[in-house]
Amino acid sequence: MEQLKETPLVGRHRALGALMAPFGGWDMPIQYEGILAEHRACREKAALFDICHMGEFRYKGDLVAGGLEDVFTLSVASIPVGRSRYGFLLNDRGGIVDDLIVFRIAGDEAMIVVNAATAPNDFSVIASRLNGAAVFEDISNATGKLDLQGPMSRDVLLSLLGREVAAIPYFRFIETDVLGSRAIISRTGYTGELGYEIFLPSDKVDELWSTLLTYPSVKPAGLGARDLLRLEVGYSLYGSDLDETITPLEAGLDAFVNFDKKFIGKEALLAQKPKALSRAKVAFKVGSRRSPRHHYEIFADDERVGSVTSGAFSPMLGCGIGIGLVNPASASPGTPLSVRHGNVTLEATACTLPFYAGGSLRG
Amino acid sequence: MADSAVPADRKCSACHSWARPEEDGSVRIGITHVAAAILGDAVYLEMPAEGIELRAGEPVGLIESSYVVFEVVSPVSGTVLEINPAVADSPELATSDPYRAGWLLRLRMADPAELDALVAAGDYPPRPEGEGG
Repeated sequence: MEQLKETPLVGRHRALGALMAPFGGWDMPIQYEGILAEHRACREKAALFDICHMGEFRYKGDLVAGGLEDVFTLSVASIPVGRSRYGFLLNDRGGIVDDLIVFRIAGDEAMIVVNAATAPNDFSVIASRLNGAAVFEDISNATGKLDLQGPMSRDVLLSLLGREVAAIPYFRFIETDVLGSRAIISRTGYTGELGYEIFLPSDKVDELWSTLLTYPSVKPAGLGARDLLRLEVGYSLYGSDLDETITPLEAGLDAFVNFDKKFIGKEALLAQKPKALSRAKVAFKVGSRRSPRHHYEIFADDERVGSVTSGAFSPMLGCGIGIGLVNPASASPGTPLSVRHGNVTLEATACTLPFYAGGSLRG
Repeated sequence: MADSAVPADRKCSACHSWARPEEDGSVRIGITHVAAAILGDAVYLEMPAEGIELRAGEPVGLIESSYVVFEVVSPVSGTVLEINPAVADSPELATSDPYRAGWLLRLRMADPAELDALVAAGDYPPRPEGEGG
């Protein structure tokens, strides 16, 4: 097995007694104090996540002439400078190679933020679609990323960095000085709460981590809580809910596909669009506290209609929640479902997303 | 955080459950700190109904956390007298306070001599076989 990669904070995590586990080829903290306490910290105060494992690419050059504009399902050229946009890198069958966010740094510069496990492949796929007229580089090693999420995250950054931060709207970012280095503070996240993703040089991550943890309202949180937080608001996780065999239409993420532009995979999606989909995303609530789990089978009227892609116990709802891919007829909210695995049967009901809408996201 | 030592009045099984004899002759059952640490925060609990007869060494219920499903194995045989109502309402007690508030159930023992076969508090967790010293 290949050696697990480590973020600059691995020593900090171990010192905090974190439970560490492999994630996307990285040795990552799953929990410190406990998943529920960390989840609560994020919903009620502020949680700090080490997200240095994610990949960052830098593109510098004319967005259209260099080819970047035709790479993703989103139009990079139409993102105003200082804003970011979510979208997909697809294969020619319309399958999702990765989901990502593109940051428009300048007229001729963009940063692409991708998942950790997929980053090396993403880089070669994107590079193969560019024509060499622009600079395209993998800046993942030099770039650290900390996510500060939760209703008190703004107050913390306000105190640390000043008023400029308080004014950042959702899906916008600023470049500013953090601990003497240039950093990007982006009002984005993966939790459904008010929050920020902070990109800064990896050699500054340790100092920022320690500084943020001096605030009494900030707790370190691991990937376990992060997974629970994202599922409660219905965000997809690449590798579980999304993969190369699933199209954005099947994943219910059409809103992030711009059909008014060119992109690889568009023809496959256009061919799929007018037809009835063979499968569709379903969200469901379980009638007990029991967690549905990845790969559990979903039945409707005693007929197997699909399987679970993500599931957990939701502390906010007090019941099991899950998302899966099913026969579209069984995906309508209100449909009674039963989720089965061996001799386990969980009664469930299809519902709308998000499961939890009370977050401070747009606060 | 769960304690990391077994209270002296308990006896433990190799399946990470404990038993404590009560003054009325019944026995209280729970999971050990080792099981609690494996689980992390419990979020779901499945326990048998009162009146059910359990046998030592057989699964009696389960506890789930975000990533782990743990099968609870009864350390002794007996009839279920009571399920801890607090833990039924708040499964996280089973892992946050496994020796006190997080006890699981109370049994009327079929054979009190079964307690003698369990591991004393001070000898738990048992050392893996082959590990010297």
